[in-house]
Amino acid sequence: MSKIIEDLKYAESHEWVSVDDNGIATVGISDHAQEALGDIVFVELPELGVTVNAKEEVAVVESVKAASDVYSPLTGEVTEVNETLLETPETVNTNPYDNGWFFKIAISDEAELDELMDADAYADHCDEE
Amino acid sequence: MSPNNLEPPAVGKRTPLYQQHLNAGAKIVDFAGWDMPINYGSQIVEHNQVRHAAGVFDVSHMTVVDVSGTDPEGYLRYLLANDVAKLKELGQALYSAMLQTDGGVIDDLIVYRMSFGYRIVVNCATRDKDLAWMHSQADGFEVTVTERPDLAILAVHGPSSIETASALLDQTKGKTVAGLENFKGAELSDWFIARTGYTGEKGVEFIVPAGDAANLWEQLLAAKVKPIGLGARDTLRLEAGMNLYGQDMDESTSPIISNMTQTIAFEPADRDFIGRAAVTDDLAAQEQGNLPKLVGLVLEGRGVLRAGQTVSTDRGEGQITSGSFSPTLKQSIALARIPSGSSTCQVDMRGGATDVRIVQPNFVRFGKKVFE
Repeated sequence: MSKIIEDLKYAESHEWVSVDDNGIATVGISDHAQEALGDIVFVELPELGVTVNAKEEVAVVESVKAASDVYSPLTGEVTEVNETLLETPETVNTNPYDNGWFFKIAISDEAELDELMDADAYADHCDEE
Repeated sequence: MSPNNLEPPAVGKRTPLYQQHLNAGAKIVDFAGWDMPINYGSQIVEHNQVRHAAGVFDVSHMTVVDVSGTDPEGYLRYLLANDVAKLKELGQALYSAMLQTDGGVIDDLIVYRMSFGYRIVVNCATRDKDLAWMHSQADGFEVTVTERPDLAILAVHGPSSIETASALLDQTKGKTVAGLENFKGAELSDWFIARTGYTGEKGVEFIVPAGDAANLWEQLLAAKVKPIGLGARDTLRLEAGMNLYGQDMDESTSPIISNMTQTIAFEPADRDFIGRAAVTDDLAAQEQGNLPKLVGLVLEGRGVLRAGQTVSTDRGEGQITSGSFSPTLKQSIALARIPSGSSTCQVDMRGGATDVRIVQPNFVRFGKKVFE
């Protein structure tokens, strides 16, 4: 059974989001997603400073098995990317919810958060797949 | 993320080691109707285990077929593209294709010379058609073709595999394992032990009664041999440049365009084998540059080559038949069928056309990179 963190928000496309008090959202992929992908061998990250739209493909995660797009769950400007993943992409497998984060964005529309799932809804979503 | 690759719950045939796989934390997937372990956590960790120490694979899903009777040699010299007459000693092994009359590859297999005749190990996904073909071609030969579903196969591979396996067996079996040369085997009552495999490392395969499989498995694990899933089996064989049936060749491809020419015994010239005329023509056509060849590809940059991708060479288009990430080389490698004589090759990756290097289809042997 994959791990789902209580305080995070989740997108249907299996990204998680954590928003801090300054409106900075950290985005990664869920434990369920990394498990489905298997061993991750490459990660491509968005460029710093670009504005991304909610549900836009902004990063790529490539495993031994398959390549998958990572979508931004929210609209905003990319303020930071996790460059350690370029050298150690397996961190996404081992720590999907902390050291395995992908990028941070300064969000421009907090209302978009309401469209994301909470942990319970996401657990149901995973079960249905 | 779009994980459209979640397998449905598997319900299929199970090997005698199914419970052992669950005990070891296997992720079970459907493989040609069998519930098989794809990995026990990380396929890269398992891959490296085989390159650096030793791992055990349960390959009991593969089909064992025994051929006995008064003329099994005559039958197999007709049935197979390689020549079993090369097998001078009991237990000796030979890799061969089994061809259609038109040269298409029905399957690839290993054949061992045995006291009762020959033992053949074919792929699991091709079991039904292989058995049907083998029976249909047996007319006119005094042979008996018998499937052996009562046997299990454990493959132990890696630099320390021989030492570790020989130490945990009884003295007779242990000495046999330690003393066998590559591609040689030995029958020890109802066990057959052979130095064959699919990883590019040294190793030994145990073909044993199903009832003996669990105990051998547990002994190996107790000796720190780690269980290895089908995921790592695929990256290990790809690094070793070994074909996977159904992916790198099948009925629609000649062995000549599948890097299998060396496995066809054209000599002696008077041996009639199924597909001989077709592959003889194919070889001539390839030498004229009219047929493609199966080569190795190496991607120097980031990204992973995938089966089915189209490639462009200076001689035309080709296709990747197997592609993955090489855990040993830490870059992507592939097998691809491309026009003969190609000297440059590009593949469409994210970010556009990307150069890939054409190399001999053999990437890693005994833990080391083998192409320049």
